[in-house]
Amino acid sequence: MHMADALLAPQVAATMYAASGVVVGISAKALRNDEKKEKLPVMAVTAALVFAGQMINYTIPGTGSSGHLCGGMLLSALLGPQAGFLSMVVILAIQCLFFADGGLLALGANCWNMAFYGCFIGYYLIWKPIMHSHLCAEKKNTDRIKIALASILGCVLTLQMGAFSVVLETSASGITELPFAAFVGIMLPIHLAIGLVEGLITAAVLLFVYEARPELLTGLSGGAEKTKSRCSLKTTIAILAAAVVIVGGGLSLFASGNPDGLEWSMFGNSEAGYRENMGLDEENYGVSSEAARVSGEIQEKTAFLPDYAFRGSDSTAGTSVSGLVGSAIVAGAAVLMCVAGGFFRKKRRSCKSTE
Amino acid sequence: MDQLSRAQAELREMDALAAGTSVVHRLHPLCKLFVTVTYIFIVVSFHKYDLSGLIVMILYPVILFQLAGIPVHVCFYKLRVVLPLVCAVGLANPFFDHVPLAQIGNLVITGGVISMITLMLKGCLALMASFLLVATTPVDALCGALRRLHVPAVLTTLFLLIYRYIGVMMGEAAVMAQAYSLRAPGQKGIHISAWGSFLGQLLLRSMDRAQELYQSMVLRGFRGEFYYMDIPACGADSVLFMLISICLLLCARLVNIAQLIGNLFVR
Repeated sequence: MHMADALLAPQVAATMYAASGVVVGISAKALRNDEKKEKLPVMAVTAALVFAGQMINYTIPGTGSSGHLCGGMLLSALLGPQAGFLSMVVILAIQCLFFADGGLLALGANCWNMAFYGCFIGYYLIWKPIMHSHLCAEKKNTDRIKIALASILGCVLTLQMGAFSVVLETSASGITELPFAAFVGIMLPIHLAIGLVEGLITAAVLLFVYEARPELLTGLSGGAEKTKSRCSLKTTIAILAAAVVIVGGGLSLFASGNPDGLEWSMFGNSEAGYRENMGLDEENYGVSSEAARVSGEIQEKTAFLPDYAFRGSDSTAGTSVSGLVGSAIVAGAAVLMCVAGGFFRKKRRSCKSTE
Repeated sequence: MDQLSRAQAELREMDALAAGTSVVHRLHPLCKLFVTVTYIFIVVSFHKYDLSGLIVMILYPVILFQLAGIPVHVCFYKLRVVLPLVCAVGLANPFFDHVPLAQIGNLVITGGVISMITLMLKGCLALMASFLLVATTPVDALCGALRRLHVPAVLTTLFLLIYRYIGVMMGEAAVMAQAYSLRAPGQKGIHISAWGSFLGQLLLRSMDRAQELYQSMVLRGFRGEFYYMDIPACGADSVLFMLISICLLLCARLVNIAQLIGNLFVR
């Protein structure tokens, strides 16, 4: 779900940077100084482990494919939402800078889509309420069921939110011609399946930690009978279900019932850009431009693509062809530079080795 | 499992590249950061049909790659990660955008095709620029530059710590994964019965290690922030590089240079 720079318009990228920046500031402030010092190595080691853990393939039974771990939920369950968010931000930055997973400009959007939802929404709306609820209080496996439920529900919901944000950001940037409803229809079901598998893997890891060292998990009620929770699990599930229905219903209305607004904005913009491009080019460039006239006879002789006819006016055709030729020349120059650079590097290396 | 060793090798390679001594390596990290961000901003700001305007932007990474002594193909391997989502989004364009922009013989080039190529090119160029930044700037210097921009100390310290520990953790996970695969021949990944214990074991050990690490850091005088590599003040050459680069990039954005070159040859 890592977005590349190319999928975002500068203004959308800047907005997402601002939004994520505010959350980073609040999180950094929320970690008190003493706590910060003490927590830093734990955050670093856990984040590094999550980073490495995301590269391990887990076989999904009955299928030939494999799944990965969900970092946001795991980190917020182990470190708390603020520390988890900061750790996720750094993981995303390292993935973007050193592994080209995501883009530098899209980092703000990626932090929002993956770290914010996973750590804050996942923790405050799912992990914490479920952990503090009364779920089958008399039974032995209360905490285990809660952990499994919170992990799976958390991963599924936060991944759905992230995927929906990707669609929103890409559509708002006017990047894709894919209709909004179709894009949502592709992204959400794929991430539903991914979320389920990630949730199961995350639950397995957290359950193991709970068995061995329950004190490492944050937000645990410490036994259902010790703390009085404000709402029962039934209420929590009912609230979550209602939220899902409202959000899902709202989104489907937005997607199917009102596509015209979005399509209008996307195609309207593209149309404006298209007109602007062609209109401006007609006046400034093309066969009748100053540059073309000045070069006169030399051009007559050097012109090697004189007869290509494009739809529309002659000047538009000329503009397009000269753009194409100019692009080819620039690309050729770039390749030549690479070849020359490689040649000189080799020569330098051979000179050094002979010395 | 192979992914872990590949990632380790990639990290080592980036470290080795960043340790170079070329002209580009010697530039001030803050100036490089500014130019890189400006470049990416300008690249993504091109209109979706403005392929000829965008292609000139290829010269910036190509020239800097040559000056830094890094072959361009080194970063192509990394495109495998970033391109799938870009391609998935871009490939839809030819099916939905049928605006005819050009016709060569019987072949009609639609707006969708041009916007798809533009999108992919933007993805590649933005990646090349950020790769160039990291390949010519050591992590310490990069964090020092971020600190000067008043990025919270907790974030930069965390960045350095995580960066150092990723290598260690990936090494441990790779050893575990190899041991597991040797005991489970022909199995693609970790079996469901070991889903929790596999990473859980490593997690518990790592948490203990983090405590030891913290104690050793405190004993060495850690007061909540690292002392960064001493970054010299911004030299005249770095400022000149930044100003010239930004001016040239803005020129390339405002004037369609490829078009002008083409006009010299086509009428």
